[in-house]
Amino acid sequence: MIGRMLQVVVDAVSVGGLYALTALGIGLIFGVMRLINFAHAQLITIAGYAVLLLFTASPVLAVLGAIIAAALLALVVERTAFRPLRGADPAMLLIASFAVSFFIEKVMIMLVGSRPKGVDFLPALAGQVEVVGIRLQLLQLVTILVSLVLLVGTTWFLKSTRLGLEMRAAAENFRMAEVLGVRANRVIATAFALSGLLAAAVACLFVAQTGLVQPRMGLQLVIIAFVGTVIGGLGSLPGAAFGGFLVGVATILLQALLPPELRVFREAFLFLAVAVVLLVRPQGLIPARGLKERI
Amino acid sequence: MSAPIDPPAGACLVDVQGLVIRYGGVAAVQGVDLRVHESEAVAIIGPNGAGKTSLVSAIAGIVPPAAGTIKRGGMPARGQALSDVVRHGIALVPEGRNIFGGLTVLENLRLGATIRRDPDVLSDIDAVFVDFPILGERRDQPAGQLSGGEQQMLAIARATLSRPRLLILDEPSLGLAPAIVDKVYALLRQIRDRGVALLVVEQNAARAFALADRACVMSRGAFTLTGTPDEIRRQETFDAAYFGVAMSAGPGAA
Repeated sequence: MIGRMLQVVVDAVSVGGLYALTALGIGLIFGVMRLINFAHAQLITIAGYAVLLLFTASPVLAVLGAIIAAALLALVVERTAFRPLRGADPAMLLIASFAVSFFIEKVMIMLVGSRPKGVDFLPALAGQVEVVGIRLQLLQLVTILVSLVLLVGTTWFLKSTRLGLEMRAAAENFRMAEVLGVRANRVIATAFALSGLLAAAVACLFVAQTGLVQPRMGLQLVIIAFVGTVIGGLGSLPGAAFGGFLVGVATILLQALLPPELRVFREAFLFLAVAVVLLVRPQGLIPARGLKERI
Repeated sequence: MSAPIDPPAGACLVDVQGLVIRYGGVAAVQGVDLRVHESEAVAIIGPNGAGKTSLVSAIAGIVPPAAGTIKRGGMPARGQALSDVVRHGIALVPEGRNIFGGLTVLENLRLGATIRRDPDVLSDIDAVFVDFPILGERRDQPAGQLSGGEQQMLAIARATLSRPRLLILDEPSLGLAPAIVDKVYALLRQIRDRGVALLVVEQNAARAFALADRACVMSRGAFTLTGTPDEIRRQETFDAAYFGVAMSAGPGAA
């Protein structure tokens, strides 16, 4: 019984970690640009296909390839689609991000087809390990570890580096940051590259877990993670990570606790919970500070 | 203080010619000429809606001119990015201060030195903490928790950390208690005495006159009077110029 409970907890935390990383990637871009980047889904997808392309050569190469592919696509999308729209109305940015997202998805379907492809990525991680007498899947522990390292690493970057400080300033008041000499292009490009890195990590872990890549793999993650950023508090990075984590955990707990005949409606219960959270705290659980005081 | 009306001999930091600023169809500034030279303090006074903020926002690169030219340190402003303005030695303390409320006091100050790569930044920040012990005590607290006066001090200190040659302040006394305004102006005098030129927008003419070498009275988007504070005070048309009343109808025109 204890073992079963612990298994559910590890399950929940590892899925929560994936959503936290995804939500953090979305939150970074929203922070500096007030752009809800649905094309984040395609960053995950392209990283997944990079893994598909390279995993037979070497797992290290596959991870590197995923990072490079996602970061590069993020930078190209920023340069070609979002930079010309900088300063545009948030609604226009949102529509543009849908357009970019659909465009890349359709191009990928054209190039690789819409059928899922099997990827036997990091099969060694599918094994079980015994921790204090309880058997757990190694991949889940790795997922938790990688999520933790990336969350801590991103926090360190934002808190302790010069560029991180500039990014946080730009997120709070972009114009004032520029007045002080912060270069908009550099900060935004860094945010996009970083979101690509996070998307690549999510893709690698997700592909290892599911053993599949398909052109829509990013979208399901991004939609749930986006819900996480909203309940966490749009514009607040700790909020985004926490909200993403919470949504992931809730998904798994609902899966475990709902009676079997209701499990198919898991998402309905999830969104019901989200609606309740937003009714009680419309600004999210950890609201962003200073969103209103802009020049 | 009988400063000549002719501009002082120092280099021209800002040169504005025929500036027009429009929001939609409304002209907020209509044909203003202004030069600010090294080490001088210039005040722009006038009532609400006179176009003062628009004028200095354009000089600071926040608002694009509809017509006319702006030169910063002799370089045409056209094509300069907003983040380049401070690199030309011009720092802005905007209206409402715009400190980063979610960042700490120390982080706000470090951002003031964004353009600097020299090793003196840390000792300059320490000097701020010596001048303003309250900022030092709260260096690791979110700046949003400071009082209004403390935030204004932080905003001014932050702007000086870029080592500007010209510091622009938009309504530095707005919303502050008189005792705090005294402190703000004492600080501005200190900054001026260090040789930094000041361009101060004020509604409070008495405060601005006490600081400035030259003043411009602005009304309805144009300068109606310019000169030394003494000259302007002696002008019988001052009230009319300030409030933009047609002179024949003004109380001083009889």
